[in-house]
Amino acid sequence: MTMPPPHRKTAAPPIDDRAFDLLSLTMALVLALHVPHLPWWLSVTLAILLGWRWWQRRQRIGQVPRWLKLPLLALLTLAVIVSYGSIFGRAPGAALAIGLLVLKLLETETSRDVRVGISFACFALMAALLFDQGLLATIMVALGLLPALATLRALEPAQLPASLPRTLLPSLALLAAALPLTLFAFMLVPRLDSPLWGAPAPDEARTGLSDSMSPGNFTELLIDDHPALRVSFDGAPPAPDLRYFRAYVMWDYDGRSWHYLATRHPGVPAPVEARGAIGYRISLEPTHRRMLPTLDMPLAAPAQAQLQPDREVLADKPVNDPLGYRLRSALHYRLQPTLDARSRRLGLRLPASFNPRTRALALRWRQHYGSDDAAIVQAALSLFHNHGFRYTLAPAPLGRDAVDDFLFSTREGFCEHYASAFTVLMRDAGIPARVVTGYQGGYWNKLGHYLLVRNSDAHAWSEVWLAGRGWVRVDPTAAARPERVTLGAAAAAGDQLAWYRGDWLQALRNRWDIVNRWWDQGVIGFDSLRQRGLLTPFGIRDTDTATLGVLLAVSSALFVAIGMAWALLRRQPGDPLRDALRGIERKLARKGIVRRPGEGPQHYLHRAARALPAQREELAALMKCYLELRYAQDEPPTESLRAFRRAAGNFRVASVVK
Amino acid sequence: MHGMLQRLQAWAEGRLPALTRYRRSENLPIELHRRRIYIVPTGFGLGFSVLLLVMLVGALNYANNAALLLVCLLGAASAASMLVAFRSLDGLRLAHIRAGHAIAGEPIELTLAFDSSRPRQAIRLDLGHASTAFALDANATTANVKLTLPTTQRGWQALPRLRVWSSWPLGLFRAWSWLHPDPSVLVWPRPELSGPPPHAVADDARHLRLHQGDELAALRDYRVGDPQRQIAWKASAHHHSLLVKDFEQPQSRPHWQLDWRQLHGMGNEARIARLARWLGEAQAQRRNCSLWLPGTDIPAGSGPLHYARCMNALACMP
Repeated sequence: MTMPPPHRKTAAPPIDDRAFDLLSLTMALVLALHVPHLPWWLSVTLAILLGWRWWQRRQRIGQVPRWLKLPLLALLTLAVIVSYGSIFGRAPGAALAIGLLVLKLLETETSRDVRVGISFACFALMAALLFDQGLLATIMVALGLLPALATLRALEPAQLPASLPRTLLPSLALLAAALPLTLFAFMLVPRLDSPLWGAPAPDEARTGLSDSMSPGNFTELLIDDHPALRVSFDGAPPAPDLRYFRAYVMWDYDGRSWHYLATRHPGVPAPVEARGAIGYRISLEPTHRRMLPTLDMPLAAPAQAQLQPDREVLADKPVNDPLGYRLRSALHYRLQPTLDARSRRLGLRLPASFNPRTRALALRWRQHYGSDDAAIVQAALSLFHNHGFRYTLAPAPLGRDAVDDFLFSTREGFCEHYASAFTVLMRDAGIPARVVTGYQGGYWNKLGHYLLVRNSDAHAWSEVWLAGRGWVRVDPTAAARPERVTLGAAAAAGDQLAWYRGDWLQALRNRWDIVNRWWDQGVIGFDSLRQRGLLTPFGIRDTDTATLGVLLAVSSALFVAIGMAWALLRRQPGDPLRDALRGIERKLARKGIVRRPGEGPQHYLHRAARALPAQREELAALMKCYLELRYAQDEPPTESLRAFRRAAGNFRVASVVK
Repeated sequence: MHGMLQRLQAWAEGRLPALTRYRRSENLPIELHRRRIYIVPTGFGLGFSVLLLVMLVGALNYANNAALLLVCLLGAASAASMLVAFRSLDGLRLAHIRAGHAIAGEPIELTLAFDSSRPRQAIRLDLGHASTAFALDANATTANVKLTLPTTQRGWQALPRLRVWSSWPLGLFRAWSWLHPDPSVLVWPRPELSGPPPHAVADDARHLRLHQGDELAALRDYRVGDPQRQIAWKASAHHHSLLVKDFEQPQSRPHWQLDWRQLHGMGNEARIARLARWLGEAQAQRRNCSLWLPGTDIPAGSGPLHYARCMNALACMP
């Protein structure tokens, strides 16, 4: 029997070690979840401070002295200001909050301190989701709630003793029980159409396609295997060598880099003559840019986006959250059959006095093939194919005349080098050409029926304008290294990649991606628009806020009713003796000794003993024990009851029945 | 502040019959059930809901669905904890109460036996300002909770209303109920501090009788130094060793006859206080005593049971 001494309400006794351990664990978890975006020195300092405080309180219960706390607080604020330049904003705010959380631990001695600390920790856990709301991060944060809830439990007096891991289990059960209501509330809490106050600007752009391209700056992208987009097609997916996703169309070359000019010539999209089209839906990961990649040649822009002159699609706002859009594209088409003078001029423009040898080669070809542009294109492709060009993700650096160096000396590089060199070559030969960047390839997820395109599938190719055919896609990388197009960047790079990006791991990750997609589409992408369409299956096309509120209230009431039913459930205390006897009966019945209706236990067990002579003594002992416990006393002692139950549980019917 | 709260509570109980339904005392056992368990959020619970609200607005504003999911999870878990708090009281049974002994003005110890069909934790019992916590574990689903109750005067004292409550598991909600058990406890009278010893009528007679008659004397083994005239020669003849007549015990502990009627000329309470002191002295000296009170006559005896009987009789005096 636990009998703690009575305590006074007014005094605030120090919390016990268990509560403090759990609180420290919670803080450590919160810190761990924030480590990815905290400066390393802050993470290390806070971790040391946390560990020291835990050790210190184990030695002696008491607060850390004030002369230590105040300088630490000042130091923290100063460090955040020096490091970030401000204490406002998402990243400095998070750093400050985590620092304060750990400092709170230094002065935590009473239950009230612990409760404040845990509330703050819950807030900090949510803040971790502002940086990463992926499935894994969310699960980790939810697990972070376990020690937090266990800490609150540990504050209550008079508990039954349990080991530290076991104290986490009830919290898990509580969270599991809360899950159905959570999901309903999540679906029904009315979303805001527009933020109440300014949503935070993204602090830094993740690596992704950018609006300029210079040979070599894809390197980071090509080793980043975060998903870029996922595509589900209405019909069968296009063949692997047709999976070109266009993003930026770049005209402007300055001798080093290609640039995309968003406001080049605002005007109508170039005309396209399409034969056949394919419908598909893209879910795009946040890029923090406006460009929406499309499969080859889009026929119309999706909502809240515009078709640009080169038929690239530009969204009205930067994509800061996962975005889904539906499109139709042509795979066989003629783009801009007649080229206007301005476009021709732009498509031939090159900076003066760069790459003289390339220019000489192009002029030689022009002389040789005359006006046959297609033959010149072929000549360039066979140059890449036959003259020892290598595909590598770590090419040698190039000098001022980058294209000359690439074509005549290094002869190694990846898609950027090939696309850039090819386009310069074409322009020198007098064929309008431009560079297009985007994605090529992707992994077809059979289970989910969608194409997963990663950042590492980024690609660059060229488009040349040929009379009568319009803009034609030419992929010079494919000429040098056909595997790039048919198998993807990883295969093309061969064994240049680190071991952890080996095939088996990649395959595993590709399969796992279906969960991420489900999470992105089902949870992260569940916005006010999707919420309004929630009740479409029930005939309500546009669910307004009032309806959602009513539904939320009704479902909450329903769950409360279910919960009340559980809370009011009272299990009748069973009769342990009868239950134990039933257990024996079941075992005997399996051997054919069934208790007849109206047969007393004594008669029945005698009969069983006759049928099982080998176990006569055991059965007789059990029967004697049962009769004694049942009829000799009003309330049999607990120990005897337990002994009988154990004996009944251990009873095994021997296999031979006579 | 506190007084105002109490007045407010008294006023509320006067206005709302539902609150006063369980104000009257009840017979044991008392079992808590849904109609008498109230649930209110604690201060921490209110603060936590404000925090959840802030987090909800933040998650909605940043259109961060993962954060929203977390807020919903925390909210739902808090709501579920309310039911757990209810369940930790529902079905709890106060089986019986044993009271200790105490004289007026000193706290009396009460032992409350709670039982239940399932284990429970962190249940608290408030009596006035004192609070005790207890748990019922899975094996022995009975808990004996000790409480002390201040007393003021002798006689039957009704038990006050006890508040049983729990903020298990998260401290967000507080489920509480009143327990107002019917049994009263008997408080013994406070003895006077000093006064004359009793006039023991039986003293001389008993003393003489013990010295005159050999029959009543006890016999014990001879020890070196015993006076010769005390040796029981006749009895020793039948034994291997010498036996000695022992008069010591009855000689120094004569029987006291305590009588209400002897103390005339005093007030009732003063008489009771004096008798209580004598009883206490008799108990301390392990002396036999008998007690006569109007309507009650307790024959001579000694020991704690006898003392308790006498004190009970005194306590019950009108």
